[in-house]
Amino acid sequence: MKTLTFKSIGIVAACIAAAGIISSCKPKKVDSALSGDAASKVYVAPGKYDEVYLFTSGGFSGQIGVYGIPSGRMLKQVPVFSMDAETGWGYSEETKPMLMTSHGFVPWDDSHHPQLSRMEGQADGRWLFINANNTPRIARLDLGVFKTREIIELPNTGGNHASPFTTQNTEYVVGASRFSVPYDKQGDEAIAEYKDKFKGTISFVKVDKETGRMNLNFQLLVPGVDYDLARAGKAVSDGWVFFSCYNSEKAHSLLEVNASQRDKDFIMAVNWKKAEEYLAAGKGQKWPANYAHNVYDEATHTATTTMVKEVTVLDVKDLPGVCYYIPCPKSPHGCDVDPTGEYICASGKLAAVIPVYSFSKMIKAIEAKDFEGDFDGVPVIKYEAALDGEVERPGLGPLHTEFDANGNAYTSFFVSSEIVKWNVKTKQIIDRVPTYYSIGHLCVPMGDNITPYGKYVIALNKITKDRYLPTGPELTQSAQLYDISGEKMQLLLDFPTIGEPHYAQACPAEIVRKHEVKFYKLENNNHAAAVKNEKDAKVVRTGNDVHIYASAIRSHFTPDNIEGVKVGDNVYFHVTNLEQDWDVPHGFSIKGANNAELLILPGETATLKWVPDRAGVFPMYCTDFCSALHQEMQGYIRVSPAGSNPTLKYSTGEEAATVAK
Amino acid sequence: MKTIKPFFRVVILLCAVAMVASLKFPVWKIILEAPQYPEGLKMEIWSDKIAGDVDKINGLNHYIGMGLILDENFPELKIIPYCVVIMGVLGLLVAATGKRWALWLFVIYQFIFGTWGMYRFWYWEYEYGHNLDPHAAIKIEGMAYQPPLIGWKQLLNFVAGSFPDIGGLLVIIPSVIIVLILLYEQFLRKN
Repeated sequence: MKTLTFKSIGIVAACIAAAGIISSCKPKKVDSALSGDAASKVYVAPGKYDEVYLFTSGGFSGQIGVYGIPSGRMLKQVPVFSMDAETGWGYSEETKPMLMTSHGFVPWDDSHHPQLSRMEGQADGRWLFINANNTPRIARLDLGVFKTREIIELPNTGGNHASPFTTQNTEYVVGASRFSVPYDKQGDEAIAEYKDKFKGTISFVKVDKETGRMNLNFQLLVPGVDYDLARAGKAVSDGWVFFSCYNSEKAHSLLEVNASQRDKDFIMAVNWKKAEEYLAAGKGQKWPANYAHNVYDEATHTATTTMVKEVTVLDVKDLPGVCYYIPCPKSPHGCDVDPTGEYICASGKLAAVIPVYSFSKMIKAIEAKDFEGDFDGVPVIKYEAALDGEVERPGLGPLHTEFDANGNAYTSFFVSSEIVKWNVKTKQIIDRVPTYYSIGHLCVPMGDNITPYGKYVIALNKITKDRYLPTGPELTQSAQLYDISGEKMQLLLDFPTIGEPHYAQACPAEIVRKHEVKFYKLENNNHAAAVKNEKDAKVVRTGNDVHIYASAIRSHFTPDNIEGVKVGDNVYFHVTNLEQDWDVPHGFSIKGANNAELLILPGETATLKWVPDRAGVFPMYCTDFCSALHQEMQGYIRVSPAGSNPTLKYSTGEEAATVAK
Repeated sequence: MKTIKPFFRVVILLCAVAMVASLKFPVWKIILEAPQYPEGLKMEIWSDKIAGDVDKINGLNHYIGMGLILDENFPELKIIPYCVVIMGVLGLLVAATGKRWALWLFVIYQFIFGTWGMYRFWYWEYEYGHNLDPHAAIKIEGMAYQPPLIGWKQLLNFVAGSFPDIGGLLVIIPSVIIVLILLYEQFLRKN
């Protein structure tokens, strides 16, 4: 019995040992512990400013988020493509034209890729461009005021995804069709005709050097595949733009399978300077078009829509030297140009390597006609002829690459959820850090400039999961900040973001602050309905339209008692904020309005339309806490029944008032 | 020939009960961990069904072209519950009769059943890991996705682990005890 006991113990011990060995064979996870000094690196003391502005795309919110780095504090949401009740964007009469398109008023979009304007390849802090993916548009924000000042619609475009990538001196912002569509017969073609009838387009939107005003200079007609992302060349490759394309299978259904079959898709290299020469030589065809160009005039505080009826189109297959394809492994997504402009890194979503192309080898291959054939009339350069080298076994699901100033690249990997740092010249991997979770884009401050600012990389993650206190089925979106000043990357901070951040751009705060505007000068206000002096406030009836020319100053509206409005009238409140100091906006709201409030900044005039639906006395008030007597900033408007004949009168601080003429 | 010690007969009875009780618990588990699944995904293999996060795992597997893991694909799941009940009945027989030949029968049955079970498990792991849809979105040259029979293995971004679950332990631990009893009864017990 004793022997048995010993044996049993022996066997049980052996089993435990075996189990232990098996368990200990588990592959190790990357250490994700925060090191001790992370907190001090992201701490910005109360009252102190952040070092860097981060502009994140709002994704399906359609807006732009502005954050301070390294604190990760959200500073502002700038309304761009979506109506914003908080600021009256798209609700006020002045801003409604900004959201006009050839499809009418479109109140929402999906914004993906912010691009800072630049001179000589360096961010200049003047403007920020962003694309609308769904109803193809490009917006320009003025970073003096952090407001959207222009939106141009792109005709002949199905899904403006590869946009608005910006050339070295902001000569152009581009837009490429993610979805190819047919253009013959007004586009009324069978979907099964994709291979023969569907085409892509690349829009070259010219940007005025002084005003930033955009103008669709020309479009290139290109083979029908999906154009995904782009980067403009710089320094040595200035004059070119590189686009990634997937679906060279030309599938039109179940793309997750049917567009993943070929081993290689393409990077498309476009020589836009050459295209400009053809344009100047009159090689373009004028196509009839109908697209909206919306401009907000800062002097009149009013946006206008112009419908443009024509666009110049250049067909690349008739124009040698404009367009080339380079094979690229499996469904490339990111297509990023390094600071020298010499190296182009493409990330095949399903590829096992990151190919790095050399611009100079590409040019040599073009000169030597080192082509493997053509794709719909566009020459295809041999893969090896343009290739500088491949990054071997980098990770799973490479998406995007940004750069620092020391010759390093940072590539995001969606599937293996990590950032991998590698050397652009040697293609050797230096470091890898996990992201939480499934990173999409990433952003190094000025990471696409000739001299990147570096210092940080921001991961823009697709999955948040368990990183924050839960908020029901829909969780916050999230970004993460890493220090890249050393050899090893170091996680510093998680911070939530609005919408789904796709790409983001960042630059040192002082570059943007050079252009800072604190308020609008009243003397420059050329709004047709501006009231620059309380004495000029008035109410005017024209048929069923009642125009109330009002002013707001701490802490009253002029006029604040109005009578003589009837049910069904179109009442326009034109409210001018007479304040001339920083941070004194006034809000304006009225009971029952079927739109939003107005948020009127100092020196600005804005208009709210209101159609009273019933008789009664309606209160109106200031919504933005403006002063100690903000709560007293209120008034009344009396509405009489339709068909009655009340006298129109208005006043402030006195009985019964001026009778309107 | 003497009958088995009464104490062991009770132990064998308890072992048989434990084995039958395994029907009410997952027998084996396959665990998948990835950076974006820190909590892990767990597929539970019961005597008669596949449970746990199998739907999520099927969703992920479609990227690499692995077949759907569905109960109806595994005829074994219809047979195994009966095999387990038979095992319980044999245990009861040993406990009731106290005969050594019955114990031998019980152990041999366990051996055959266990070997067959592990073979079928390996077979399905191999089949699912190698028979991939050639049109899958993610195709990596020479890559197979067969999880380990037991232990851990890295499969792309996932670490896959394969281990007995409660039900499995309710069979394995009693089996070891019963083999020990057999060895004792056969070779060590003094008359």
